[in-house]
Amino acid sequence: MSQGDNKGYGVVDSAVMARVRAKLGPLGLILHTHNQHGDDTVVVQADDILQVMEFLRHDPAMSFDMMMDLTAVDYLGAERTHPYLEPLKARFEVVYHLYSVEKNHRIRVKAPLTLENCYINSVTGIWAGADWFEREAFDLYGVVFRGHPNLKRILLYEGFEGHPLRKDYDKFKRQPLIGPVN
Amino acid sequence: MREEDREKGYDFHKKSHTDTMVINMGPSHPATHGTVKFFLTLDGEIIEDIDVEIGYLHRAFEKECEAQKWNGVFPYTDRLDYTASALNNVGYAMAAERLIGIEVPERCQYLRTIVSEMARLSGHYTNVGAGALELGALTAFIYFIEARELLWDLMESICGARLTHNYVRIGGVTSDLPSGFRENIKRIFAKNRELWVDFDTMLTKNRIFLDRMRDTGAISQKDAIEWGFTGPCLRATGVPYDVRRAQPYLVYDRVDFDIPVGSTGDNFDRYLVRMEEINQSMRIIEQCLEQMPDGPINVDDPRWRMPSKDDSSTKMEPLIFHFKQIIEGPQIPAGEVYQAVEGCNGELGYYLVSSGGGKPWKCRVRPPSFALTAAMPLLVKGAMLADLIPTFDMINLIGGECDR
Amino acid sequence: MGVNEVTPGEVAALSDSVIITQLSKLVNWGRKYSFFLYPFVTACCGMEFMSVAGPRYDIDRFGAALPRFSPRQADLLMVVGTISHKQAPILVKVYNQMAEPKWVFAYGSCTVSGGMYNNYATVQGIDTLIPVDVFVPGCPPRPEMVLDGLIMLQEKVVREPRINLTRGVSPLGEADDRKIIAG
Repeated sequence: MSQGDNKGYGVVDSAVMARVRAKLGPLGLILHTHNQHGDDTVVVQADDILQVMEFLRHDPAMSFDMMMDLTAVDYLGAERTHPYLEPLKARFEVVYHLYSVEKNHRIRVKAPLTLENCYINSVTGIWAGADWFEREAFDLYGVVFRGHPNLKRILLYEGFEGHPLRKDYDKFKRQPLIGPVN
Repeated sequence: MREEDREKGYDFHKKSHTDTMVINMGPSHPATHGTVKFFLTLDGEIIEDIDVEIGYLHRAFEKECEAQKWNGVFPYTDRLDYTASALNNVGYAMAAERLIGIEVPERCQYLRTIVSEMARLSGHYTNVGAGALELGALTAFIYFIEARELLWDLMESICGARLTHNYVRIGGVTSDLPSGFRENIKRIFAKNRELWVDFDTMLTKNRIFLDRMRDTGAISQKDAIEWGFTGPCLRATGVPYDVRRAQPYLVYDRVDFDIPVGSTGDNFDRYLVRMEEINQSMRIIEQCLEQMPDGPINVDDPRWRMPSKDDSSTKMEPLIFHFKQIIEGPQIPAGEVYQAVEGCNGELGYYLVSSGGGKPWKCRVRPPSFALTAAMPLLVKGAMLADLIPTFDMINLIGGECDR
Repeated sequence: MGVNEVTPGEVAALSDSVIITQLSKLVNWGRKYSFFLYPFVTACCGMEFMSVAGPRYDIDRFGAALPRFSPRQADLLMVVGTISHKQAPILVKVYNQMAEPKWVFAYGSCTVSGGMYNNYATVQGIDTLIPVDVFVPGCPPRPEMVLDGLIMLQEKVVREPRINLTRGVSPLGEADDRKIIAG
């Protein structure tokens, strides 16, 4: 994607982003890049996530050896959202924050998902620490990670119905295991 | 097994029909700090398998934050890593300020650094003291509780609360240092250093303590990075990664401090790293007090930082801004940001998403102890049951942070 | 007739009887100065609990120093910190397993009413699960408040008319636990 698409997002000129666009751009894997508030961000298709993550982990100039954080965002009802989400009709976005201990640089990788097709491949094969983070994203948002060794709820109890951090789940809707509802 | 038996191919375990025992080290247990359940499969004393279950303190931090205005999130952040509350506040405020694009005045940055380091001291005192308590060193625990009490007296004089500080705001802090603070700090740090020496004398070369902590719960550098370890547990393996050095924020590039780094990654190294960090934090606070300039402690922009009571009671524009901030919340521009601060346990990251309104669209906390606890099976499998206790203590799972 | 068979009506009639009043007073005096706590610690209030048990605000002065981490051996269940819905069955189980007499001390706003967490995950006050004797609000309560609550509980214990006080089990617990206590 060319720099002209970054309306108001900030220039994309760090060494990390240059290499990412040079290596992944020709393969057609990048949907969007930006550097808002100094955070390098690259948006990819959910189906290509494993290829992108393998590159980011094993490429010698990248060597993102630590997966810092994995979460999801639900954009249902947001007034202003990212322009690249609209053509995809994506409601969710899985967000990965990576860090390289060796080279001391960071990157954020995002993958948009729709409600009907809320599946993405698990990156536990690349970073073992992604295990619990993916379970939490599944628990709270309902994103299913294909290939995860043990995808079950982690923060909520087994009988809980629904995914509470979705915007259509009411904050006050209680499902007690024991005791009165309120 | 005897040598001659082994040579004959005699399988003791098979012949003696032993079986493994499944024990539940439940959510309410004295030695597990915070509520976490360990489902242990034991072969005698050896842990064959462990299944860690968290979530018993899930209080819906993110969902609550989405229902509050931007400034109303601060009390919730206090209760994340409740042993070191002000650190969480500082991280959130810095993330929100990056989203807006403002920078706080210098005196405010120094104040935030001082309060962060005091919170870190409080967290380390709690963790190391409670770790000693679990191994039976009650006197040592009492020493550090006294040190913590003195520190909390100081915190109370600054921000009014002992434990949940709620001191930082978007665009500044609530109040300046009280009078007599420097004398109090000198007196209290002198006493705390004595208590530190007492604690160290009792435990660091203590045979029992060493036997329990040395070579238990060890992890290699490669595994630690793979599992997302940060903070004292990562530095104990030998990786000198500290957010204060790697991406300096506030005034950490202007003060002089060392990063203690271990070598083997076992519990004893984690203990030593934390003990040394206590000394370094005291050093940082003393330097900050010397270097701190005079000046305003809040950003002078009433869109983000509420005007003072004097102003909003007497002038018109401050009153209007005060009203708008309370009713609508500060209208932080749309965007997303990730801000990392060095918490007690590691990298505490805040990922904030704004859709332009007065409430956060998403307020994600990257909890350091979540990643640490996820690696528990790796640390204790094959070890004895008694090794679980010091390992889990030194991992320092804080329920409020891990389960949010 | 043994003391254990006295009904409230008979207590009133026999209130002049020196032996019965002095015996219950003696027993209550012993109970109030020897609480064995079960600190059911979950969250931030646990840090203040450490302070309350610490050298400055010493709970040992009131006789309540020794925590007993087995419900069978404890008589004061101090619920310290937020109880989530996932934790609630465990709290009820521990309460049901405690032997008589037993008292419950709700420590902190989260146990009193859910505190500032009014959402899908938090129990809005543990009195929806188990009967509570003393409520100590605060987030976290200052140690002096906790000691005040403990003194209030001691005064409540002194006022108890009978020594064979049975609180019973919570109706929410599992049936197996109820059988163990009652049988």
